[in-house]
Parts: sequence; structure tokens; C-alpha cells
Amino acid sequence: MAQPEAIAIGCSKGGFNALKLLLGALDPRLPQTVLVCCHTASGTGVLSGLLASHSALPVVEAVERQPAAAGTVHIAPGGYHLLLEHDQHFALSVDEPVCFSRPSIDVLFSSAADVYHTGLIGVVLTGANRDGAHGLAQIRDHGGIAVVQAPANAEAATMPQAALDISGADYCLPLEKIAQLLNHLCLT
Amino acid sequence: MPAPSLNVELERAELERAELEQIELDLFVQALKRRHGHDFSQYAPASLTRRVRQLVHAHHCSSITGLTARLLHEPDFLPLVIKGLSVPVSEMFRDPQVFLALREHVLPVLASYPQITVWQAGCAQGQEVYSLAIMLEEAGLYERSHIFATDFNPDALQRAQEGIYPARDAQLWSRNYLLAGGSQSLASYYSARYDFIKLDQRLRRNITFANHNLVTDKVFCEAHLVLCRNVLIYFSNPLQNHTLTLFRDSLVRGGHLCLGLRESLDFAPVAADFSAVDANLRLYRRSSQLMAEARDGAA
Repeated sequence: MAQPEAIAIGCSKGGFNALKLLLGALDPRLPQTVLVCCHTASGTGVLSGLLASHSALPVVEAVERQPAAAGTVHIAPGGYHLLLEHDQHFALSVDEPVCFSRPSIDVLFSSAADVYHTGLIGVVLTGANRDGAHGLAQIRDHGGIAVVQAPANAEAATMPQAALDISGADYCLPLEKIAQLLNHLCLT
Repeated sequence: MPAPSLNVELERAELERAELEQIELDLFVQALKRRHGHDFSQYAPASLTRRVRQLVHAHHCSSITGLTARLLHEPDFLPLVIKGLSVPVSEMFRDPQVFLALREHVLPVLASYPQITVWQAGCAQGQEVYSLAIMLEEAGLYERSHIFATDFNPDALQRAQEGIYPARDAQLWSRNYLLAGGSQSLASYYSARYDFIKLDQRLRRNITFANHNLVTDKVFCEAHLVLCRNVLIYFSNPLQNHTLTLFRDSLVRGGHLCLGLRESLDFAPVAADFSAVDANLRLYRRSSQLMAEARDGAA
């Protein structure tokens, strides 16, 4: 099986703590592009700044028209949907919120699935609404891999549970095991 | 995990599906252009694709081709498509810090002109146009100002002229207004009835709402301020540059340009003709002749 090209991660309530742990445990040699949509992101670069100190990979806010970089974590800016063009450059939109959320995980996942097809891993973590479930289903439809945090292990179980209900998952694991899995899938 | 041979199958099927959708999308865009003269070929594909898929879903078509067939054969279908492909979402005083900067840094410059022309390009349902009108009013400049509010979506323009919005938005907008340096209460500019608020129609007295398409239409005014926020994010790099050129040519020398907070000018050569007033707030000025010459001389 070909190595995945990208990892897309979605989270909401409790997402900051989960991301700290997950990004902190990713192997710094990962060559993949990592895309993150966290609903609790707000002002310019706040979340990326906070997460950078916990991550071995560089963490930056995604900038429209700029390319998604390998081995880099890109965070969706607050107030905008984050999408990818086929040339792997970022695009932003102010289309209506999805599940009351902008950025929306569904929008990011769906767009990334269009670009990376089978080479995408989608990860749904803790959260208190149902955003991400349909996007994860799309990732699976396009031949990508779906990873969901075990609801019992999540600070807020609604989001991972909705993902399991609507999309199902190839892997359903506690947070601590997800980084291991990603390192394994992405480096071997 | 599926066996490797299955994966190859899966990958082939997936790429075939994606290619087919791309063909359908191209044909839809071509139909829209040839049949109705609306050119979306230079829109950034990711958002356009998403909106077209939403249209397919909303109108219960089985595919994009189904949508294209209706677009070609049903004359009444175009407005629904245009509505689905444009951005009607905004707020009054959205990103209040931007409006505060306009109030503090741009209005004093505007005050030096005997007649003030403002162009809001892509006004959608008008929330930001009325925000501008209120600011000009409070600065005592509105009597000598004229605002052109343009959009290519007739439905949005109609709503903008009516100035009626859901009451549930009023709380956020009032907060925005105060953060933007508003000196009264936003409520003094609207009347509330049931679940709606209606903006004071007096605010409309110096606004011209007009249909203008940034892709195909030309310069029509000489403006001291152009506001175009979160519209260019939907455009490809060449169309973004084309539109910024239109703005440059519509602005007086030293005239201000205000874009959306996350818009990037990194791939627009014409950005060299603007200087930043506040780059973080995406507030620029058209460079004066002298500045342009100094830059060219230095280059």
C-alpha cells in the first residue's frame, strides 16, 4: 500500500488538549502534510502559536493561496472554512457555517478527500457536535483511511460517536494510541 | 485493510470518478458562460465545486450534468444557480477592528475631499454597506458621500436594498458596532418588528445599489475608498489580480482599499501598486505617482 500523503484532523470541545497530546507524539520525521480543523480556534494564529511549542513538527496557520507543506501542521484560521485546491494550495471560504461551525471539519475533510483520494487519513477527535462525521464518510468513500478517537476516551464523546455512527472507522482508538498508529501508517 | 490488488482497483475507480466529476463541472461552467454569459471559469475550483455539489443536492439532481440540463433548458433556473454560487453571508461591522481602523485612519483622509465616493464591491445583502453609511453619518461626512454598492447577484441586491435582517443577528452586530467605535447604540439605526430588524431607510439616501460583475464589468467610478472583503478569496490568482487591477484603476491616487482579514496578495503582481496602511487589517492605499516612481527607480 502506498504511503499516505496527508493527515486531516478534526476536533472541537477538548480539542486543544487532545491536539497537544497527539501532535506532541507524532514522529518529527513524518513527511506528510497535516491539516487541522479545531472549532475553538479564534484570533490570528493563536491556536497555531499555542500548539507549536507542543509539536515536534512545525505548526503554522494555513494561508490562502500558499502551498500545503510536507512535514508541517497547518491549522485552519478561525472564522473561515479551509479547503485545498488540486495543486495542494490552500483556499478559504466564508460560506455558511456547517453544524454551526466555521471552520468546519466536514468542509476540510471533503476538500482534502478530493485532492488526496486514497492517500488521506482522516482523524476525528473529541468534540461536542456532529461536524466531521459526513466528511469522514467522504474520506472513506474516496478510499482514504478513517481514524476515530474512542468516544469513552474523549473529553466530549458526541463528535467521535457521530463519526462512528455515520461514517464508521478503520481504527477506533484511545488518543494515546492514535499518534502511534499515525506514525506507523505514515513511516512504513 | 484491503489486499494490495484491491487497493489498486480502488485507486483506479476513485480517480475515474474524480475525472468524470471534473468533466461534468467543466461542462456546467461552460453552459453557464455560453448560455447565460456568467463566467465562473476563473473561480477557485475548491469552493466552486462545493457549491455546485450543494446545488445538485438542493435541487435533487442526480449529477452535475442534471443541473447543467436544467440550466440550459429552464429559463427560470438561472437565478437559483446564481444565488447558490454567490456568497450572501456577512455581518454588520464584521471584524470590528477593521471598521475601527477605517474610522480612525481613513475617515479623516476622506474628510479632506469635497465629495466622497465609496465603492463596496460584492456587497451581498448589504450589511457592510449600511455599516459604512452609519460610520460616515457619525463622522458628519455622509451628506457629501456617495456609496456604490455592487453585486452580481440580483437577489442579494434586492435584499440589500430592503435592509431587513433576522433579529437574532442584532445582538452580535450591536457588539460589533460598539467595538468598531460606534458612538450611539446600533438600535438607534433600526426598528425591530417580530423576528426582524429593518434598518432606517434614511441610511439609503446616498447609496446606489447596482449590478456589477467583477469578472466582466469595467471601471465605473473614481473612488476614494474601495471595500471588497472576502470576495477575492473565491477567485483564482489571475482573476484576483485582474480584480485588484480594476480596484487600482477605480481609486484616486492615495485612495484606500480594504480587503478581508485573511486575504493574501502574495500572488498578485498588481499588489506592488498599493502600500500597506495596516497590513494585518488588509488596509492599503493606492500608491501615489511619486511613490510608484521612487519604487520603479529603486528597482
